[in-house]
Amino acid sequence: MSAATHAQDHGHHDDHAHHPTGLKRWLFTTNHKDIGTLYLWFSLTMFFMGGVMALLLRAELFQPGLQLINPEFFNSLTTVHGLVMVFGAIMPAWVGFANWLIPMQIGAADMAFPRMNNWSFWLVVPAAILLVASFFVPGGAAASGWTLYPPLIIQQGISIDMTILAVHILGASSIMGSINIITTILNLRAPGMTLMKMPLFVWTWLITAYLLIAVMPVLAGAVTMLLTDRHFGTSFFNAAGGGDPTMFMHIFWFFGHPEVYIMILPAFGVVSAIIPAFARKPLFGYASMVYATASIAILSFIVWGHHMFTVGMPAAGNLFFMYATMLIAVPTGVKIFNWIATMWQGSMTFETPMLFSIGFICLFTIGGFSGLVLAITPVDITLHNTYYVVAHFHYVLVSGALFTLFAGAYFWIPKFTGKMYNESLGKLHFWLSVIGFNIAFFPQHFLGLAGMPRRIPDYALQFAEWNMWSTIGAFIFGFSQLLFLYNMIECIRSNRKAADNPWEGADTLEWTHLPSPAPYHSFETAPVVK
Amino acid sequence: MGNAQPGGYYFAPPSHWPIVGSSALLLMAIGGVMLMNSVGGGGWIFLAGTAILVYMLFGWFGTVIRESEGGLFNKQVDMSFRWSMSWFIFSEVMFFAAFFGALYYARVYSLPWLGDADNKLLWPEFKAHWPSAGPYLPPQFSAMGAWGIPALNTFLLLSSGVTVTYAHWALRMNNRKGLILGLLATVLLGFTFLGFQIYEYVHAYADLNLKLTTGVFGSTFFMLTGFHGFHVTLGAVMLTVILFRSIKGHFTADHHFAFEAVAWYWHFVDVVWLLLFVFVYWV
Repeated sequence: MSAATHAQDHGHHDDHAHHPTGLKRWLFTTNHKDIGTLYLWFSLTMFFMGGVMALLLRAELFQPGLQLINPEFFNSLTTVHGLVMVFGAIMPAWVGFANWLIPMQIGAADMAFPRMNNWSFWLVVPAAILLVASFFVPGGAAASGWTLYPPLIIQQGISIDMTILAVHILGASSIMGSINIITTILNLRAPGMTLMKMPLFVWTWLITAYLLIAVMPVLAGAVTMLLTDRHFGTSFFNAAGGGDPTMFMHIFWFFGHPEVYIMILPAFGVVSAIIPAFARKPLFGYASMVYATASIAILSFIVWGHHMFTVGMPAAGNLFFMYATMLIAVPTGVKIFNWIATMWQGSMTFETPMLFSIGFICLFTIGGFSGLVLAITPVDITLHNTYYVVAHFHYVLVSGALFTLFAGAYFWIPKFTGKMYNESLGKLHFWLSVIGFNIAFFPQHFLGLAGMPRRIPDYALQFAEWNMWSTIGAFIFGFSQLLFLYNMIECIRSNRKAADNPWEGADTLEWTHLPSPAPYHSFETAPVVK
Repeated sequence: MGNAQPGGYYFAPPSHWPIVGSSALLLMAIGGVMLMNSVGGGGWIFLAGTAILVYMLFGWFGTVIRESEGGLFNKQVDMSFRWSMSWFIFSEVMFFAAFFGALYYARVYSLPWLGDADNKLLWPEFKAHWPSAGPYLPPQFSAMGAWGIPALNTFLLLSSGVTVTYAHWALRMNNRKGLILGLLATVLLGFTFLGFQIYEYVHAYADLNLKLTTGVFGSTFFMLTGFHGFHVTLGAVMLTVILFRSIKGHFTADHHFAFEAVAWYWHFVDVVWLLLFVFVYWV
């Protein structure tokens, strides 16, 4: 076993030659940048798969009546679109950024556990295989919605078992990845990099990883109970045996609500890096950003009931979950105002990362406000399971998490590749995305308020107009993402050399201490942070 | 704290073990799905996956042990291991929390609701008293008493906590004989616990008519004690590994993270058992 100890006193990097090349490089890699790259390409692939599913759904909903696909397949597409986007696209993409950026931003050479890091990634792939292959087994893919509620899920066929085991494997991957991230942040910081000097992306990931370790095992427990109820005769969710299907909802959403913050907290970190860079001002209220992130994380454990106001909880429970949910608006508001205050009197320029970040602030705020509307119990009782809910969570997940992923990709690709992306094409991608997205999802607020239920392949005639617009917008948005793929590949293959720090206002270690592209091993000697 | 020491942090070179482990889990998942749905050949695929997983565990842990004994892990690496083991145990706590949550929910909410006036029309005979197998299933079963084998098992596990602490104390004093005897006692106590647990399950199935399928009581009883027993098995296997490593002369008074990790895990399993004893067997 060759010792790859990066001892300072070696003075030279003798282990470069030992790295396998070709396929073996990617299968066996223990390098945080290689693993980050694997995560990012994987998530982009899953994003396009989930996107195709979404466009099939929207194509069916273009007109009232059943045109293209049968209702069972519609249900499967809804379910797997959700699972693929949450567990295959958004979460692995953030882990990809975490892998690339955390060691560079804290002045470490790599992640604390490089081999376990490799396993975290290579566990995601078998899980994705199980999920996608479930379309091709008898009975079709899971058709229960991504929340996997019993009793429906108890009745369906073999694909449910594949989905459940995929969730188990994804959970193992997330827990190992999170343990790695927390350990790296707590134990591998450069001298002088105190906790309150860490870039906010590192802070938000520290808290995200904590949430993941706290709730992924709970999801694993919940789906294990589903599995035993299905095959081994237990009665956790069977009223006849003394259990209760709503028990699953409680356990699931105890995981599910922190899960949505798992997808959005790293986005807050990215925006907190990009806004100061393009406003050429330090971030306003750094400490309050850290405390707000922690508050959001803690509150996320006591609001799960707002996903189930209509299930018949006692009134006191409904009231508690309503007020607790509204409380989250306070730390979130702190963040929004801090970003605006950072821009205030800054000398701003509007390159693609900044455009996506500002788009995020505007559109995520709309999603936050519709969340407040839904938090009001009596209002939610009429809006529950309508398109208003669909509009709400796409505003926080697409224009929230996804837009910031794009912002991060454009912002850091010069550091990742040493090349500059095409600015005009980047801006075109932004404008097409923002226009397509709003045409697709804004009308869904109206549809929901008018009473159109979600997860149904057909609808009454009065909903036809806005559904047509929504489908047109979805196709504009979906096909614009091919431009993102083109932009990334074009950037990688271009000759436009990027400077070590192409952004005037960026001041974290990866910009100030490392060349572009960042070397294979980031900091063999830890930098001293003042 | 938290400072990267210049030089010396060991970063593992490229490794084939993770992808071997992933292949194993994929095979186990495919085989498991086929088994549960009575598709032919599933058992063999599952078995192949399990064999590959065991091979991977031997290979991967063997590599880490060689690295550790080769002196590649400095204090900072040691600290990484400590952080990671603590967070891993936290994740295990949350896993058990899901099942304890199910137990409390069934006892505090779902059973009383099933016995209330609304459900009298549907199940007029049903009395919502814990232990219960629910309104539909025939109620002839007995719950497991707390003061027989479970109390004895509590005593065994608590004693094993003492013996593993004694072994740790002996290791720190460079008393190798005390280390090995302490570990041996812990391993024996652990496996004795498991033996009693198996006996208790046989007793439950044969004499008490208490089964996994016995409504929500059987579900929570067997899933909680079963997952705990699985963790005790893992812990006992890990303790056995540590015992053999101690006999081979591994670990020193100030470099023995693996020992401590297993000891922490053992104490965690112990605490879960105390909760089980109180909430599953006793009250």
